[in-house]
Amino acid sequence: MKYQPFTSHIKMADVIAANHSLLLVLPRLGIRLGFGEQSVKEVCDRYQLDVDFVLLIFNVYTFDNYLPDSSTFAATNLQPLVPYLQSSHQYYLNERLPHIKRHLLNVAASAGDRYGAILRQFFADYEKEVEDHFSFEEQHIFPLLKAAGDTDNLPQRRGRQAIPQSSHLAHNHSDLVDRLTDLTSIMLKYVPGDCLTEELNELVFGVMQLSSDLEKHALLEEKLLIPYIRQMLQHPMP
Amino acid sequence: MKPKTNLLIVEPSDIIRAGVEALLSDEQFSLLAPLRDYPADLPQRLARMQPDVLLINPTLIPSPTRLQLAALAQARPSMAVVALVYQYVEPQLLDSFKTVLDIREQGSHVAQRLRECCQPERDIVEENYELSDRETEVLLLVAQGCSSKEIADRLHISIHTVNTHRKNITHKTGIKSVAGLAVYAMLHNLIN
Repeated sequence: MKYQPFTSHIKMADVIAANHSLLLVLPRLGIRLGFGEQSVKEVCDRYQLDVDFVLLIFNVYTFDNYLPDSSTFAATNLQPLVPYLQSSHQYYLNERLPHIKRHLLNVAASAGDRYGAILRQFFADYEKEVEDHFSFEEQHIFPLLKAAGDTDNLPQRRGRQAIPQSSHLAHNHSDLVDRLTDLTSIMLKYVPGDCLTEELNELVFGVMQLSSDLEKHALLEEKLLIPYIRQMLQHPMP
Repeated sequence: MKPKTNLLIVEPSDIIRAGVEALLSDEQFSLLAPLRDYPADLPQRLARMQPDVLLINPTLIPSPTRLQLAALAQARPSMAVVALVYQYVEPQLLDSFKTVLDIREQGSHVAQRLRECCQPERDIVEENYELSDRETEVLLLVAQGCSSKEIADRLHISIHTVNTHRKNITHKTGIKSVAGLAVYAMLHNLIN
């Protein structure tokens, strides 16, 4: 989509109408429906959220390849990014993966013993990989942002922090997304056609939705979180 | 005389479109009526318009891009999809295109680049989606977790050849990850 990014005076309801997948993002920001005619700015004020940060999230999720320009990037406080990413992790682990799993188990049960066992194993491995990846990020990457915002012990901090490379993270992310795409291919091409159609459809839609959500999530981490940590460590805020 | 190559441009900027069209005007391209945006029914339109090359600005393609591209390829398998790039686009995304045309490229190269990409690497009509024996061998080793280097050593071939096999396997099966390839091998009774 050729984009004109959302701005703070647009009505919140119009933003969601323009991209309904943001409905899945709102709970992670703690925002509930029932905006009336309030603008994005007014809703953010009500929830005590930083409007620039919220707009950044909306724009990243809505427009392909959207990234803020350098002045917007420099002016936006990204400290809320970590709580947001953490609640995304919780959302994937506690809601999306169980949803997909429920349908996958039903498909597996209707696909015969052999196929069923293979699908269950693939998904169990995937779940484990996702959990490991998230816990790595929460233990080794997210704390860096908190540390970067802590201006008290600057001299000791400088140069000592091992900041993971975006490229390393990107490699893991693309594997997580590839596996989901592969699961879709397998479902569409290689699983017997006599499986429960409704369940199969729910599964494929669920996987595609998670896959595009994870792509945006990866973008936030690789293109915003890591560069922001680097910037903070070099030029800490006064 | 060879039939002309049908080219469909999907690009919002009039200036860029006019530029590309001007560069191709006296070549053997037949320019189809260009599109300014990505219509939801593009796959159906492709079946009607029958372009040989689709030159498209990747930022217009709705997410998830790879699935959209798969739908386009399915609608018109013989068509080469080329990314028309003049801003930053994720490199991973560009991998999904047949080739990438950057507008900063020399004008004289543009037509040639587009001609090259419509020469099929293999005959698409007779394209075989069955894995060859060698590809099956490579697939089995990948599925068992071997790296390309290990596979090259085991099969006494170069790493480059292994990577070509891996690329072909992914092209034929639509599966990229090691875990996915292991499932493919199991579903096809190649391993237990």
